[in-house]
Amino acid sequence: MIRLVDVVKRFPNSTALAVDHLTLEVEEGETAVLVGPSGCGKTTTMKMINRLEEPTSGSIYVDGRDVTLQDPVALRRGIGYVIQTIGLLPHRTVAQNIATVPELLGWDGSRIQGRVKELTGMLELSRELLSRYPSELSGGQRQRVGVARALAADPPVMLMDEPFGAVDPIVRARLQDQFLDIQDRLKKTILFVTHDIDEAIKMADRIAILNAGGILEQYDSPKEILREPANDFVKEFLGSERGLKRLALMKVGEIEVEEGPAVSPEDSAGRAQGVMQTFGTTWVSVVKDGELLGWVDSQSLAGKATVGEATARRFSAYLTAESSLREALDALITSKTQVAAVVWEGQRYRGILTAERISTEIVS
Amino acid sequence: MRNLDRIGERLMEHAYLTFLAVGIGLLICIPAGIYAHRHRRIYAPVTWFAGLLYTIPSLALFAFLTTYTGLTTLTAEIGLVSYTLLILVRNVVAGLDGVPVDTREAAQGMGYTSRQLLWRVELPLAFPVILAGIRVATVTIIGLVTVTSLIGKGGLGFFILQGMRRFFSTPIIVGAGLSVLLAVTADVTLLGLQKLLTPWTRARAGPA
Ligand SMILES: Nc1ncnc2c1ncn2[C@@H]1O[C@H](COP(=O)(O)OP(=O)(O)OP(=O)(O)O)[C@@H](O)[C@H]1O
Ligand SMILES: [Mg+2]
Repeated sequence: MIRLVDVVKRFPNSTALAVDHLTLEVEEGETAVLVGPSGCGKTTTMKMINRLEEPTSGSIYVDGRDVTLQDPVALRRGIGYVIQTIGLLPHRTVAQNIATVPELLGWDGSRIQGRVKELTGMLELSRELLSRYPSELSGGQRQRVGVARALAADPPVMLMDEPFGAVDPIVRARLQDQFLDIQDRLKKTILFVTHDIDEAIKMADRIAILNAGGILEQYDSPKEILREPANDFVKEFLGSERGLKRLALMKVGEIEVEEGPAVSPEDSAGRAQGVMQTFGTTWVSVVKDGELLGWVDSQSLAGKATVGEATARRFSAYLTAESSLREALDALITSKTQVAAVVWEGQRYRGILTAERISTEIVS
Repeated sequence: MRNLDRIGERLMEHAYLTFLAVGIGLLICIPAGIYAHRHRRIYAPVTWFAGLLYTIPSLALFAFLTTYTGLTTLTAEIGLVSYTLLILVRNVVAGLDGVPVDTREAAQGMGYTSRQLLWRVELPLAFPVILAGIRVATVTIIGLVTVTSLIGKGGLGFFILQGMRRFFSTPIIVGAGLSVLLAVTADVTLLGLQKLLTPWTRARAGPA
């Protein structure tokens, strides 16, 4: 959908390259995130795609067509663009800003109005903001308007240059989640720029890590990049807690959980003792018809004939298939037992998870 | 009563000469300013030339022009217009310079053609600064129009000249007073016009 082939950009009066033989492909419906240190050519790469800059050499295709052969104005109207500094038009109200590209495309008034309304809902902008001017908005609101404006004409391709750059971490996380939701539905082809590796990991289907001088160091899925950084630069760029970042991307449902010691309430206390011995534990899960009731230990079984006679206690941590391994680890290290029960929807017992089990996932 | 009619007539003439001079000045300076903004090299020569015109003593300029164009409105306007040029061209260029780079870039990136960019983004955003220039030029020209009484025009300047010739101060006070009043009225009207046409410049309530 977006394809760069051997693209070089050298600015006049500059000896260094801003972009150095960059080859990159963003597939349809995917979000590729460009990350890298300041000045490594991220913005320049974006601008070459919508022809605000011309490449020194190499070719760029959008939707299979060479951009240099297209009328720049028509090309730009077909690509949603969020610029690094947001760049809302100060003399136009929020509603007019959002309506910019539809107006340029000559949509009729009622269609534009409908679209503006739809986007305000989508980005959770309050109606009363629509008649304000950009100078009357907070930073977070401005970024939302910037994104709404880029989405307005429903372009299949979006270029987003640090769209959530200028806001505090909480608002930023909220905007990211919102955008992920929107992207889930709209399936745009997106090239997204950020400084922030965590944002990249969160938003990306694939991450392109650029180095100073516009050199591409690695282009792969976040999981793969975290699992196997191509070189020391990438490793350093990923920063500390690489293991934890990987865990955040893995779901409990994706790994094999241990079955763990389990008995049913009808089983005899003696059988329960036997199971504990086999597993080397002092407790055992109680599962009735596949449903997890809790756990009992040898003390509570003393003097009882069957497991059902003892009161089953709740696990201190429950995890589902959707929990990330990072959440799982957090639950484990803050729980008394160091063991979490894994349940599928409802209370269907699946097995247990321990910190050791999780660590084998990242070491392997 | 006949006096009042005459005063009214002269007041209208004064306003008309001013309006015409500033209007023609704008017709020259907006294109010239746009051009100078885009082609920076010509900005210095343009302002140099406009500055030169501005420094010529008005009396000398009108006297000089009458030898070519006589005692006509044309003579008055050539002189008056040439005094608006420096102020207007500077403000047009300054206004265009003041358009934020990122606004321009965003507009381009969304697919404004260069003509749309000029008319729908750059000129509207430059408008407050251009209008500030129009206000200064208007007030200046209202004062200068009185000088054209020497070539038989002059609006309210007619009364000033009359008073001088007859050593009689009432017409001088009437002429000068009304001229000041006209200038103040024009200035306030233009300011009001700016507030009306550029609502975004009032909007500074939220965080910057
Ligand atoms: N118009 C220009 N003329 C000359 N050099 C430029 C121009 N624009 C950018 N550069 C240079 O090209 C390089 C890449 O700039 P670019 O803006 O693409 O960086 P970036 O990765 O977006 O940085 P940041 O993260 O700070 O936004 C920088 O060294 C910059 O100085
Ligand atoms: Mg940048």
